[in-house]
Amino acid sequence: MTTDTQSRVARVWDSDIMWSFRHSPVAIVAGLVVLLIALAALFAPWIAPTNPYDPSQLNLMDGFTPPMEANAFTGNSYILGTDNQGRDVLSTILYGTRISLFVGISAVLFAMVLGITLGLIAGYRGGWVDGLLMRIADVQLSFPSILIALLIFGVARGLIPPAYRETMAIWVLIVAIGLSDWVQFARVVRGATMVEKSKEYVQAARVVGAHPVKILIRHILPNVMGPVLVIGTIGLALAIIAEATLSFLGVGVPPTQPSLGTLIRIGQQYLFSGEWWILLFPSIALLALALSVNLLGDWLRDALNPRLR
Amino acid sequence: MTPLVQVDGLTRRFDISKPWLNRVLERESRQFLTANADVSFEIKKGETFALVGESGSGKSTIAKMIVGLLAPSEGRIHFDGQEMDFASGANMRALRRRFQMIFQDPFASLNPRWRVRDIVAEPIVTFGLLQGADVAREVDRLLEVVGLSAADAAKFPHEFSGGQRQRIAIARALSSKPEFIVCDEPTSALDVSVQAQILNLMRDLQDEFGLTYLLISHDLSVVRHMANRIGVLYLGRLVEVADAKRLFLEPQHPYTRMLLDAVPDLALSGRRRKPVLGEIPNPIDPPSGCAFHPRCPLAQDICKADTPQPSVTPTGQAACHFAGKIGEVA
Repeated sequence: MTTDTQSRVARVWDSDIMWSFRHSPVAIVAGLVVLLIALAALFAPWIAPTNPYDPSQLNLMDGFTPPMEANAFTGNSYILGTDNQGRDVLSTILYGTRISLFVGISAVLFAMVLGITLGLIAGYRGGWVDGLLMRIADVQLSFPSILIALLIFGVARGLIPPAYRETMAIWVLIVAIGLSDWVQFARVVRGATMVEKSKEYVQAARVVGAHPVKILIRHILPNVMGPVLVIGTIGLALAIIAEATLSFLGVGVPPTQPSLGTLIRIGQQYLFSGEWWILLFPSIALLALALSVNLLGDWLRDALNPRLR
Repeated sequence: MTPLVQVDGLTRRFDISKPWLNRVLERESRQFLTANADVSFEIKKGETFALVGESGSGKSTIAKMIVGLLAPSEGRIHFDGQEMDFASGANMRALRRRFQMIFQDPFASLNPRWRVRDIVAEPIVTFGLLQGADVAREVDRLLEVVGLSAADAAKFPHEFSGGQRQRIAIARALSSKPEFIVCDEPTSALDVSVQAQILNLMRDLQDEFGLTYLLISHDLSVVRHMANRIGVLYLGRLVEVADAKRLFLEPQHPYTRMLLDAVPDLALSGRRRKPVLGEIPNPIDPPSGCAFHPRCPLAQDICKADTPQPSVTPTGQAACHFAGKIGEVA
């Protein structure tokens, strides 16, 4: 068994995609940054110096402490300073990244599942089903996706009773970003499905009378996943930014569980009064995260493109 | 004895009209392409029936209609006396197990993400013929039957050559223990040296399992090697059906003769090779009367006016106004 697992590890290590990864410094750096941020976000409760959302640990007198300096009243010092309410900026970033990543990944997964399903159906069935789905996609593509997300967010807010708004906000956000993003997946999957369904291995399955759903899932889906992974990765960066944008506009996650976008919104109120650190550090964290994910997506696209080998 | 496969008046039209909006704006009517018109033939148990013809003559369309990949516009297909109705689920399931198909391109006919074991087992699993460990045992046996080894079951298709892939495709076709196999250009994507191996394997399997083949090919030497009877297609119509040996010696239809004259003479007997005259016409707008008349050296006025019906000839049947009298006219 050990030899089997060892050879499996070796096989993955020697595969084309890993070879390409090992020979791309940009991909390695981007991968490391993403891994670092993801781990920091995941283990935020253990890493963060304070829990910024536990009122008992907060001291309002600590507010506006500059980075690496002692507070004039309490003498406390924080690496990245504190915000207006005395919360440690480093801790809020760690907790905020957690929410940003959770929303981003969930939204992309939601968009992926929806887009793949509709794309497979449109590509395989063709005819009016295809026409209908693709016209919906065309209409949606003619609006900026952030506008769609705003619209969905607004409608959802109107439908949800006020008592549940706080707790539901994050899920509404995920659905709003996901619904504004499924078109990319559906289009690519539809195109790839149309290519695959005419191939003879699909015909062979049809000759023996295999069920269409089985053909779609077992035969076609594995062969269209390559491009889906690429859009998924780039889509993750876009979803993180979309979440930050919505939160910055004040329609995203509630201030009680702030994401990076919320932190930036809070920070920009104090930029001109000299407390630059409240804005700068969350912005750097968001930039590093989105840029690294994007670079990883670019690399994956090139690595999976046989013409660029 | 009822024939294993009986095809009656099979016709397939493809709708190649422009989208509705364009038709309305440009005032065009619907357009149809007739891929096959009124094709009828029988295949007896245990024989190899070959369909030959140029590209675009509708060979593959017939193959696809027989296995249910395309619905016929008109006509019926009977399998062992039962009508094939692909819309009915339960009845067809029992019938489907009894026929299979081998495809032209072994690089496209095997799912690149599946292991050979799963590829070969697909019909077994779909029809629920065997369960559990029996499936793997049967796959190993089938791989050995087609000249591969049981160890190949764990590999992926990209680890094999074209000929080996076609052997895998044949193993898959055999796995539901069919009586009838439609072979759509089974060797045309392979190297010449490998073609003979695959054809010989197909013949051995035919003897061993009593298989019946419908062989689609444009390669007359392949057809000569394999077939008992041959049907010649021209522009979607069956122009001649004849016993294989006699077709090559006594072609009854002028198109068949033209095809045979164009075959390179490997025996180097000094016979001059006559090139095929003209090209196959556009099937959207086929010639009137006999579709072959613009290229036919024997064409008379009647050929432009009337579509010839198949008539009995000494070797089989031919759809020509001068069938059986080619010698006299020429």
